[in-house]
Amino acid sequence: MIDTSRFPATNAIGDFIRATLPGPAAELTNIVLAVLAILTVVGLTPVALIWMERKVAAHFQARLGPMRVGYHGLLQPLADGIKLIFKEVMKPEGADTFVFFLAPILSATASFMVLTVIPFDHHLQVTDLAGGVLYVIAVAGLGIMGVLLAGWSSNNKYSLLGAMRSGAQMISYEISLALLMLLIVLLSGTASLREIVFSQAGTVLDWWIFKFPLFGLVAFVLFLISSTAELNRAPFDMAEAESELTGGFTTEYSGISFAMFFLAEFVNMFMAASLTTTFFLGGFLAPQFGLAPLDRVLDAIPGFLWFFLKSYSVIFIYMWFRWTFPRPRVDQLMNLEWKVLVPANFFLLLVAGLFVAMGLV
Amino acid sequence: MTEQQAGLADDILENGVAMTVPPGFSIDRRERHTDEYFLNMGPQHPSTHGVLRLMLRMDGENVLEVVPHLGYIHRGLEKIGENQTYLQNIHLTDRLDYLSSHMNNLALCLAIEKAMGIGVPERAEYIRVMVCELQRIQSHLLWWGVLGMDLGAITSFLYGFKEREMITDIFEEMCGARLTMNFFRPGGSFADVPDTFIPRVRAVIEKMKTAIDEYDTLLTNNVIMHLRTKGIGVLPAKTALAHGCSGPVLRGSGVALDVRRSDPYSIYHRFSFDIPVGTVGDCFDRYKVRMEEMRQSLRILEAAAASFPGGPYRSKKYASYNLPAGSYYSQVETARGLLGVYIEADGGPKPHRIKYRSPSFANLSALNDLAVGHKLADLVPIIATLDVLIPDIDR
Amino acid sequence: MKTNAKNTQGRVRPVERGEFVPDGQAHWSLAGYLTHLANGCLSLVKGMGLTFGYFVHPGRIVTQQYPENRETLAMFPRFRGRLALVTDAASGAPLCTACGMCEKACPNGTISILARRDPANRKVLGRYLYRFSQCTLCNLCVESCAFGAIRMAQDFELAAYDRSDLQLVLYGKED
Repeated sequence: MIDTSRFPATNAIGDFIRATLPGPAAELTNIVLAVLAILTVVGLTPVALIWMERKVAAHFQARLGPMRVGYHGLLQPLADGIKLIFKEVMKPEGADTFVFFLAPILSATASFMVLTVIPFDHHLQVTDLAGGVLYVIAVAGLGIMGVLLAGWSSNNKYSLLGAMRSGAQMISYEISLALLMLLIVLLSGTASLREIVFSQAGTVLDWWIFKFPLFGLVAFVLFLISSTAELNRAPFDMAEAESELTGGFTTEYSGISFAMFFLAEFVNMFMAASLTTTFFLGGFLAPQFGLAPLDRVLDAIPGFLWFFLKSYSVIFIYMWFRWTFPRPRVDQLMNLEWKVLVPANFFLLLVAGLFVAMGLV
Repeated sequence: MTEQQAGLADDILENGVAMTVPPGFSIDRRERHTDEYFLNMGPQHPSTHGVLRLMLRMDGENVLEVVPHLGYIHRGLEKIGENQTYLQNIHLTDRLDYLSSHMNNLALCLAIEKAMGIGVPERAEYIRVMVCELQRIQSHLLWWGVLGMDLGAITSFLYGFKEREMITDIFEEMCGARLTMNFFRPGGSFADVPDTFIPRVRAVIEKMKTAIDEYDTLLTNNVIMHLRTKGIGVLPAKTALAHGCSGPVLRGSGVALDVRRSDPYSIYHRFSFDIPVGTVGDCFDRYKVRMEEMRQSLRILEAAAASFPGGPYRSKKYASYNLPAGSYYSQVETARGLLGVYIEADGGPKPHRIKYRSPSFANLSALNDLAVGHKLADLVPIIATLDVLIPDIDR
Repeated sequence: MKTNAKNTQGRVRPVERGEFVPDGQAHWSLAGYLTHLANGCLSLVKGMGLTFGYFVHPGRIVTQQYPENRETLAMFPRFRGRLALVTDAASGAPLCTACGMCEKACPNGTISILARRDPANRKVLGRYLYRFSQCTLCNLCVESCAFGAIRMAQDFELAAYDRSDLQLVLYGKED
């Protein structure tokens, strides 16, 4: 479809290690380096997002947000982190100790695992699985286990209610997310995330949000809604719903265990945003407008910068949702999924099938 | 006779685990209610607005019964009031419904004036009406913000407070306090309003006109808001009257009872304002009634600011207010409903007995009727649109 | 006495309930369903537009940076912060005559006045005790004073680490 020779799958560092070290050792070193890179992203993302969330929320609400710690509160996430780490970790009486402390770790781990297949740049990807989309669907579903276990083991009725809500919610919304991913797989003809990005090469109009005329935009909005629900973020934060459930599944958590849920939430948000970027906004590809000089300038900017710019724009939309909308009721959320989103997604899938069959995209 | 027949097993035995039925619920202790559980909501809960404690009988997410437990902020204001002079009692009324403190002050002042035949100068009457209407808006703004927050739209809380701050500033400049005003006195108020009062009120009117439209865009016309409040917590007019509900709760059920209209105090009979009433009696009607009331209060303020007279701000000041023996009653429409003050005087400087009929207490009593059959999440807008204030309930 | 004149101005008006979430079970039609869906989505977009307006207009920010603006922060003249004695501008002596009216007016027993006799055997102010922890700042003492000898000060940073720090001696020797 396009000339992928511009985007070699390997990078200079990896090639250098392969050339200097013997086979298995080189692969091991490469994996360790990749994991370290992911951990850096994982470590820095919440820091950036905590600051961003607080500032964005403040400015939506005619406030200034954190201003004390560092320039415009830039060091606030650090202060938050230190506070959370040094807080006492409490376990409620009657809680299942092992499960209670396992849950936040499980929740955080699941969100890290998705990042391994995300193509941050054409050579920045831990591994490019042929069935990358399937892997994403499978692993993202693990996060819910952490929430369910947390609610169950806390020995608190509010936690249990929150966990049950989130269980119902995440399982339902996984269906519409999976259907939307399937839509992209159908359109691009590949399940590898890297290949999906390449299927959007060309101008901005070749991104799936525009390339699949009008329906692409609808699919993008549906993906945003479904992923907001999947993320358990306001306005779909049924599992936490602090005005109803006083904190839902996190009610009994404190200190570092709570910080793990916090971390998972923000990494999940980044994960969802990067999936949206990959599927709809051309991933790491620079936006091209068909104007030669401008395009060359835009193309000169490294791909991972474009990737982060796009992802953070999507995250901004998630925050925009959160700080504008009231929260629907849990049964209304289910209605939205089963009576609106799922039929709409099937309809889109049908249309996409027709488009592909008729060779329109 | 088995143990259960003898009533010795007061608890429900479920899988060998005893489940105690807390007091106040209607269910029989020996009946088997499987799948039900009791949930303690409050006194520390984000959406009970203070220290209200609700015990809920639940089936999954569905509320089967609500039993409110009161008294967490009971200060015995009526008993304290017996040991304070009438003038000192005014500052206790601040602490009934602290968002309507001017109106509470006014209720007691009206009773004292009635008893002693104290006249009120024209300017003082205008001050009273304007201050009370400002406070009604102020109280509704806080209610609006908190309602949004309870529904998960935290931004509305900040937007509501933004405009509320302008009104609070007026009060602060006028009487030196932002919450517990203690401003009105029998025959007027303790000080005249500052020169900046009318310009500041005009600024508030101007600001509020656009602000209420913003609130409508953010919350009133939001589809999620409609989904959350329409058909939720329907209070039929008959039930509302039976519970003694008043204020926006009663008007939301379609009963056009407003003390300002039915028993005009101060100079309310001179001003033109509509009484918004609901047609269904659900949360949305109560919500809309309050939003509309803000607009009507602005109407009153506009008219009052246009004809604000000069003259004295207080009639003769007495060294001691000794009410002649007898019983006196006065009532005002606070932001929450009908506040009645009943004084049993024995001729001395202190009341023999003073009784407050607070609107929140009566409004709260309708909670069980409203909540049964709805989900736990619906309890939040129901409590929020009842707009109960816990110090007003407990006194 | 109030006249219970009936107010005939204004009317009783049912509130509007809006369209896009119909009350009750209306007849279902695809066109109606899609209209409601579109109107609902439009209402959400309008709300987002409003918040975005605030986001891009930092001029509408209303919060103050409190400890930093301490220099410029002034309370209104009538602000009731705490009780203070008024002194004679020339002599520096308090205007208080130790009459005890404020002590009587106080609902909470906040004020205690200890009078003493001066060399000419006149009653003058000895000590003026003010228990700030008990004060509800109701202003009744200031109103009761016939000499204008007390006023409400505009201080507002009045928190203390120890309750005993709130037992203030406004005049006279401290123990």
